[in-house]
Amino acid sequence: MTSRAEILDAVRRHLPQSSPLPDLTGPWITYPDPAAQFAAVLEMIGGRCVRVANEAELPAQLAQLPEFQSSQRTLSLVPGVASHVDLEAVADPHDLEDIDFAILRGEFAVAENAAVWVTDAGVRHRVVYFLCQHLALVVPADRIVNNLAEGYRRIGFGGPGFGAFIAGPSKTADIEQSLVIGAHGPKSLTVFLVEG
Amino acid sequence: MTVSAILNSLTCYPFLTMTTTLVREHPDTAAEFVANDSRAHWHDQALWFVRAKRDRIAATLPEWEELRERAAAIKLHTMSRLAELLEQFERNAIRLGANVHWARTPAEHNDIVLGILRQHKATRVVKSKSMLTEECHLNPFLERHGITVTDTDLGEWIVQLRDEPPSHIVMPAIHIKKEEIGELFHHHLGTEPGATDPPYLVTAARRRLREEFVGAQVGITGVNFAIAETGGFVVCTNEGNADLGVSLPKVHIACMGIEKLIPRLADLSIFLRLLGRSATGQPITTYSSHFHGPLPGGELHIVLVDNGRSEILGSPEFRRSLNCIRCGACMNTCPVYRRSGGHSYQTTVPGPIGSILAPSRDAKIYSSLPFACSLCGSCSDVCPVKIDLHTQLLTWRKEIAVRRLLPWSKRLGVYFAGKVLGSPWLFTTAGRIGRWLLPKLPRSLVYNRFNPWGRQRELPPMPPRSFREQYASRTRGSDKGSR
Repeated sequence: MTSRAEILDAVRRHLPQSSPLPDLTGPWITYPDPAAQFAAVLEMIGGRCVRVANEAELPAQLAQLPEFQSSQRTLSLVPGVASHVDLEAVADPHDLEDIDFAILRGEFAVAENAAVWVTDAGVRHRVVYFLCQHLALVVPADRIVNNLAEGYRRIGFGGPGFGAFIAGPSKTADIEQSLVIGAHGPKSLTVFLVEG
Repeated sequence: MTVSAILNSLTCYPFLTMTTTLVREHPDTAAEFVANDSRAHWHDQALWFVRAKRDRIAATLPEWEELRERAAAIKLHTMSRLAELLEQFERNAIRLGANVHWARTPAEHNDIVLGILRQHKATRVVKSKSMLTEECHLNPFLERHGITVTDTDLGEWIVQLRDEPPSHIVMPAIHIKKEEIGELFHHHLGTEPGATDPPYLVTAARRRLREEFVGAQVGITGVNFAIAETGGFVVCTNEGNADLGVSLPKVHIACMGIEKLIPRLADLSIFLRLLGRSATGQPITTYSSHFHGPLPGGELHIVLVDNGRSEILGSPEFRRSLNCIRCGACMNTCPVYRRSGGHSYQTTVPGPIGSILAPSRDAKIYSSLPFACSLCGSCSDVCPVKIDLHTQLLTWRKEIAVRRLLPWSKRLGVYFAGKVLGSPWLFTTAGRIGRWLLPKLPRSLVYNRFNPWGRQRELPPMPPRSFREQYASRTRGSDKGSR
């Protein structure tokens, strides 16, 4: 008997009495101003939220960020924001190691926990979300949901693919519970909420 | 008081204790930890800080209790359909292009992982935190076969450099002081001697571990949740180490226990709301990554491990321990864990949940763990998936007694306690003798090695009369008054 058959057999022998699967609707929290809640939580977890009227404002807004000012190599997947690197032309993700600042799109944002949903759709190397020194995510302001339950209604996986909630910059508290921003991933996270 | 004094003197009688166990008993290992009083207090405070953060953030959600209810119900359902959900998960994972492996034992798991590494001629591997691979002792196994494994979670890497196991499942290095980490990094990374500044130390680790990420040929991760409906799985980190580890190399090996399953993708809307808040008081972990199939042009292997889990499933008393999502909240709140340290448990998963899981694996070796508990019930109160932890710990105590795994000292103590408490005459007489005799005894006869209870405590002064005597005289008095 294979290990697979043995495990499944042992599990079947020991199955408890069946119990119903609960539905997922509930009295989940909502906010009078989800964008304000998102910004407040993002600030609390070490990120920065910037509200802009339209995408045309992005270059000027970026230019004001100290992390952006000190960046040598930037990568942008947002039209209108200059990029030093053409991600589609990069064959080996290891070549992205020296990206200082990446400006990428987030699909939607969650007010309760300041998470932004990102995927690898149209992003040749998913590692850019994690390998860059600083990250900015651009999210339309009308795509903020209250809570994760609303969030998962917007997520589906029909085929292979990668998606992640990113909430704030990379961090660790593994040395005596002292919070340090910038563990392995981006040392800063800026989320631009675009109104237009 | 007299009864407990008798019990205590029996419990510590050394000649009556059978020490046939392979690991040491929890009171002995805990004694070493508390021997350093200031450090024990520091450890206690560090964990209580995390527990307080958890309370604050849980209180911001009015639906907190509802979330716990749903999570428990989803897990209960999952366990009742585990076989078909595992098959569904496998089917969908394969459809997405993953390879699915099954391992009954840690040895099988390790062989599978080694086989994949050999196939790719890999010698450098990065691994994000995975309690399953700790349970299987994967690191030493791979090292013996010439493979360099680097744990990339900072806490996990620190304990790896110190050549010791993690002491906590979420904060593996919670027992280590920054001075010690400074010294460790000075030795291994050449940081400034005497440096203790956490940002400085983290930056040094970041620099070194980036080299490991870039140089690795294969990335290994654990799994927080595996989704039957889609065949994908979720890995949660704060550092981003799992994502870096499996987005640069082409090969990803994900190792998981078979209880990590959830039926639907949207069930995550319950579990991810509970996990980060319960674990560290964060609204969500920084990265909650959903992997569905391999990287384009890459390879994904999923190893499903049983290692006794199917056995626990068959036990009505203990199967709910399989609900565990490894948040660590029960450890942070446990008065015994906080004051005895994770290593005192000598198991991969310490604390209340570990004291249930370990005896399920080997009741004889771990028979002292269910007693490392004051039955305060705080663990059950904070558990996000509503495991009845303290009830299970109590049930384990009974089970250990039934299987005659109790040391003689405890058996004798319980025997005499049963006799005394079972006879009102004996109980009253013992109390009377105790109240009269104890104050007259010289100190050395009361506080000695046969009374471990009195080692750190003073007995209260003996009352002149027992509760029953006082009650009887009160009743007489009030009877008189009413007439």
